[in-house]
Amino acid sequence: MVEKRIIDARGSFCPGPLMELIAGLKMMQVGDEAEVLSTDKGSANDIPEWVKKVGHAHLGTREEGNVWHVTVRKMK
Amino acid sequence: MKILIIGGGMGGTILANNLARRLQGEIKAGKARITMLSASERHMYQPGLLYVAVGSMSTDELYRDQKSLLEHSIEFHVDPVTEFQLDNNRVKSQSGKTYGYDILVIATGSRMAPETIPGLAENSETFYTEETAVSMVKALRAFQGGKVVITVGVPHKCPMAPLEIAFMLNDYFKDRGIRDKVQLHYTYPIGRVHSLENVAKWAAPEFDRLGITYETFFNIKEVDGATKTLKSEEGTEVQYDLLISIPAHRGMEVVEKSGLGQNGWIPTNRTNLNMEGRDNVFVLGDTTDIPISKAGSTAHFEAETLGENIASIVKLGIPVRQYDGKVFCFIEAGKERATYAMFNYTTPPDPKAPSKAIHWFKLAYNKLYWTSARGLL
Repeated sequence: MVEKRIIDARGSFCPGPLMELIAGLKMMQVGDEAEVLSTDKGSANDIPEWVKKVGHAHLGTREEGNVWHVTVRKMK
Repeated sequence: MKILIIGGGMGGTILANNLARRLQGEIKAGKARITMLSASERHMYQPGLLYVAVGSMSTDELYRDQKSLLEHSIEFHVDPVTEFQLDNNRVKSQSGKTYGYDILVIATGSRMAPETIPGLAENSETFYTEETAVSMVKALRAFQGGKVVITVGVPHKCPMAPLEIAFMLNDYFKDRGIRDKVQLHYTYPIGRVHSLENVAKWAAPEFDRLGITYETFFNIKEVDGATKTLKSEEGTEVQYDLLISIPAHRGMEVVEKSGLGQNGWIPTNRTNLNMEGRDNVFVLGDTTDIPISKAGSTAHFEAETLGENIASIVKLGIPVRQYDGKVFCFIEAGKERATYAMFNYTTPPDPKAPSKAIHWFKLAYNKLYWTSARGLL
């Protein structure tokens, strides 16, 4: 069964949302999904960029009230 | 009211002293009692390890006797916890004793976990323990030239360490007169040279100026010691002659074994600092899962908030403050210059140009730390 994990990185300047995602994925199984919550609009670009580079799947990005929700599936 | 603090690092020590002063009257009247359990009789100044690794601080400068840092009213035992039994408000310790509490504070810190990456522990030098920092300074001393690669795991303690070690190694090899024989190559997990955008904007041109090459989006996958090759999750490879690692960290095993949090990170409320779902359990410093820097200053500022809140809970029955995510990190920038980054949940840092004054203040803080741990600074 696919587990969905919320990574609440709102207000995180350091280590920041992408680093939180990298750390979070290490604790997940292949096939699981992570939804990163970020108040940094840069996350809408830099998370998908890294996800593509490393070979995970970017499932979507949406903005709700200045919070970006970036959803990723762990592929390996 | 029994207050039990687990962990005698920076956060636990500052909190214990802060509380002992705030609750002086209650402790004298027998209405409050503070107990600390630690794994060691010595307290280590962990930021000093970076200096040990490049030969500019000796190992004996790292330590003080833990009891000497604590207010006399604090009951201190070297007796590490082996099991947290939160449903029964008690912990079990290595000596076989059971300690009960009304309020529990978990400040057990984090540890590097190079073993999670194949080949990393055996083939790299690092500086997160006394033993590894000493090994690193010896390896540097023996190094006569070639490619030095810095690699960074996630998450790691001290977010400035990767940059600082790069600048310090540049100085180190320069001072030895072999900088022209050394290629310094820096790798970093995300798409810039530091997680803080403003720090990265400052650091990348500094790297260019100093001839430090760098590669971003590089997450360590494995190290092949036979061919001296570092491989990334992104599919790239880097050759090295000397590998310096900032390994990924994990929380303490006892936290994980007791089911308090995956990889030893405890789910923690970011403003009240209580463990999620537990009103009488608080978490400090590296042990939390809060998305901020695992740094001494984080533990320090959290401890100040918690000191005020726990004292207020004892006196009034309610907490009075919220933690705002404040972090302050010095950044050693090489050539006897330093700057700093200060930020919280809502305000990003805006580091100034490095100066000698900040560097000398950092060196002074290396000594003043002991005053800070006593809760006086």
